[in-house]
Amino acid sequence: MLVQGIKSRPEYKGLDIDPNAKRHLFVLEGEGATALTDQVEAKGRDFLDRSEILYLAGGAAPKAYDAVLTALSPDVFWQAPTLQPLLFRLRACLEQARMGTRLYIAGTEGFIGQVMQVALEFGIDFNSIHTEHRGSTARRVQCVHCKGITDNVTTSPFACTHCGLPLLVRDHYSRRLGAFQGVNIDAEEPGTAPAPEEMFP
Amino acid sequence: MTITFRNETFRDDFTFRNSLTNIRRFPFPFDRDEYMYSVNMEPHVRGRQDSVFENLIDVDEHYVAEMQDRAMVLKEDPLRCQALPHMMAAQWDTLELLMEHQAQDYPEHFTLEKNGDRWRWINRPLGIDDTFTFGDPATLPYPPMEYITRQAQGDFCIVDQRDNNLWMDAGMVTTQADWSLDFDIGMNFMEWHGPVPLAHQIGVFDRALKFLLNLQQGKPTRRLNWTMTVNPRLDTSPENYHKWGPDRMTVTPENVGQKMHLRVELQSLWRLPRSNAILFVIRCYLISLEELVTVPKWGRRLPRVLASLPPEIADYKGLTRNRPIMIDWLSKYDDGSPTSAGIYPD
Repeated sequence: MLVQGIKSRPEYKGLDIDPNAKRHLFVLEGEGATALTDQVEAKGRDFLDRSEILYLAGGAAPKAYDAVLTALSPDVFWQAPTLQPLLFRLRACLEQARMGTRLYIAGTEGFIGQVMQVALEFGIDFNSIHTEHRGSTARRVQCVHCKGITDNVTTSPFACTHCGLPLLVRDHYSRRLGAFQGVNIDAEEPGTAPAPEEMFP
Repeated sequence: MTITFRNETFRDDFTFRNSLTNIRRFPFPFDRDEYMYSVNMEPHVRGRQDSVFENLIDVDEHYVAEMQDRAMVLKEDPLRCQALPHMMAAQWDTLELLMEHQAQDYPEHFTLEKNGDRWRWINRPLGIDDTFTFGDPATLPYPPMEYITRQAQGDFCIVDQRDNNLWMDAGMVTTQADWSLDFDIGMNFMEWHGPVPLAHQIGVFDRALKFLLNLQQGKPTRRLNWTMTVNPRLDTSPENYHKWGPDRMTVTPENVGQKMHLRVELQSLWRLPRSNAILFVIRCYLISLEELVTVPKWGRRLPRVLASLPPEIADYKGLTRNRPIMIDWLSKYDDGSPTSAGIYPD
């Protein structure tokens, strides 16, 4: 479970299929595949022939969710090897998207944030995007000092992978950056940073 | 009245000082002997003479030095000044508001001549004399918000109003109390106040937002906020926290009077005419404890406020480490007599 009560973090309210959408675009990562299969169980299969699924297996590759998603027989299923080509393909989809398309994102928070950034570039209102958190609670963190972003942070503090400063992960999230804020933890007395603690498994 | 501008620094050798007159006009933020968050807003109208409320956009003896410090910050980090693309009308609104107020209240220092859309702006303290076309950014050396806020004391945020919320969509922020414009830009009112402790739970932000959504043009509002800073440093940004954080270790019972500064923000909020955005001015005033205790009422009150501060607030304001040293030093100036209501010196 994600930590609750962070005012600046988006609420991930669940995929919740929109029955009125003319087309459904699912962008899923790892365990996010199960957010869609849960919807199929609850709501039936009717929407699948109007659905396009972009999938990134990531750390969940051994679980072979790609086979499960293919078996749903959506209109389009496409699997990306890494995040970069997935976002490239997403841009192409959004370029061609028509009125009545609903965007759904499920997976880890860092993944949701980065897909959301692309959607925001295309002028999609973030309130209209259906999102669901699945998988690890690891955080994507921007170092407030050097502005470098570190993915999959599971501890606080952690060493910035760019400038090396030990950073405290604040409960403050920027949708524009798709990241939490990391602030130097031992700025007042350099060298006194506490040992990293597993906070976001 | 002609202001004599001080030649001073807010970094390295920290030569910033307040003159005797400037101490008396300091906006002391405590109207009683204790402090808690509240929606402490009041109409931003002209107040008493020789106070910072005399003019609605206050210019004081630190003007030139503050503008020099801002220019240095922007050279190091241009991301301290940003505006989202839809904010251009609000940028021009801001330029007009600041030029009009400075020219009207300080005619010896600033002049604004309007000939239709052709405007001439003269800023004598900074040696600027520019003629430009209002509404045409190509006729200014910087975008309009950046141009005018390089010439006005305080930080500036322009918040857009839509969906029953306020959105931090532009700003010039170089004298901030530990928050990042680059991180917060694009956030709504609740989001950018996310990290503030206690206040959400007691409903302060809900009420403040409701109040601000109804802010009317020509009726600006204000509040005071405060924290404390070691050394008279304007740029206490999170970006540079690893550079100024070690200052907090340098405070001793011997130097606390010179080193520790009360940092007060006079925040004023203005509805803008064309864009319907709100200009949020966060004007920072600094005073060392030594300067502050020359006003006996303030010397009595400040140790009482610090001693009664809830630990969460002390922590959020970064006071935890030095609070005991400050209270010890200040207590010499508290003889236990009652203090009069309100913020002004007796």
